[in-house]
Amino acid sequence: MKLKSRLYNGTMYVLLCGELDEHSATHIREEMDKAFSSGIFKQIIIDLSELEFMDSTGVGVLIGRYKKMKERGIPIYICNPSTHAEKIFKMTGLYELMPKII
Amino acid sequence: MKKNYMEIKFKAIGINEMFARTVVAAFCLQYDPSLEEINDIKTAVSEAVTNAVVHAYPNGDGEVCLRVEAENNSVKIIVSDKGIGIKDMEKAREPFYTTKPNEERSGMGFTIMESFMDELKLSKNGDKGLQVEMTKVFGSSAQTPEIC
Repeated sequence: MKLKSRLYNGTMYVLLCGELDEHSATHIREEMDKAFSSGIFKQIIIDLSELEFMDSTGVGVLIGRYKKMKERGIPIYICNPSTHAEKIFKMTGLYELMPKII
Repeated sequence: MKKNYMEIKFKAIGINEMFARTVVAAFCLQYDPSLEEINDIKTAVSEAVTNAVVHAYPNGDGEVCLRVEAENNSVKIIVSDKGIGIKDMEKAREPFYTTKPNEERSGMGFTIMESFMDELKLSKNGDKGLQVEMTKVFGSSAQTPEIC
């Protein structure tokens, strides 16, 4: 599981690659917090186009980041979820916290 | 399909979650499931194994047994451990319920298992531990209620 991040024009872009589960969650949590603690940005866009698998542990990781960024007034958006990730997001109500953008 | 089964045991550690869901998916592929059915099964297995890894063995030393039985057009997946078990199984099945709210847990594990599979049963594994039994009927996804 890898994370790539890039700050461009006031937006923090994050690309999640691989399989997000309990085993990889700690690493990804730390990497996201590290990326979000550097630079000045107004919003975060998480790109899931290279996320191959995710279960409810991944939902917990994303909700955790949402809570941290909410304190700073920074919204998080999701883009390019797989059909399966979308099924999990709709079931758990994650889109209500992190809207999907095209 | 002919009656078939597989059974493995492995240490209850996080790195085995991917192994477990991959093995079950490989076994199920023999029965020509749809991509959605395979993804549903992988996710449900990952949830059940994660539950054993995170909750069953507070001292960190334990084992998970994974059995898959195939018959007719369905597979039954049994994930069991010999850990501390669950005191209130009905409560555990409630959406967003978690015994570890400070660890960024979503509390949606059993809800996902129940929704992605056609049947979910929780029971004690003998005198202790937990047994999660899930059934997926191939070709039944058209009957799955749409999530809005």
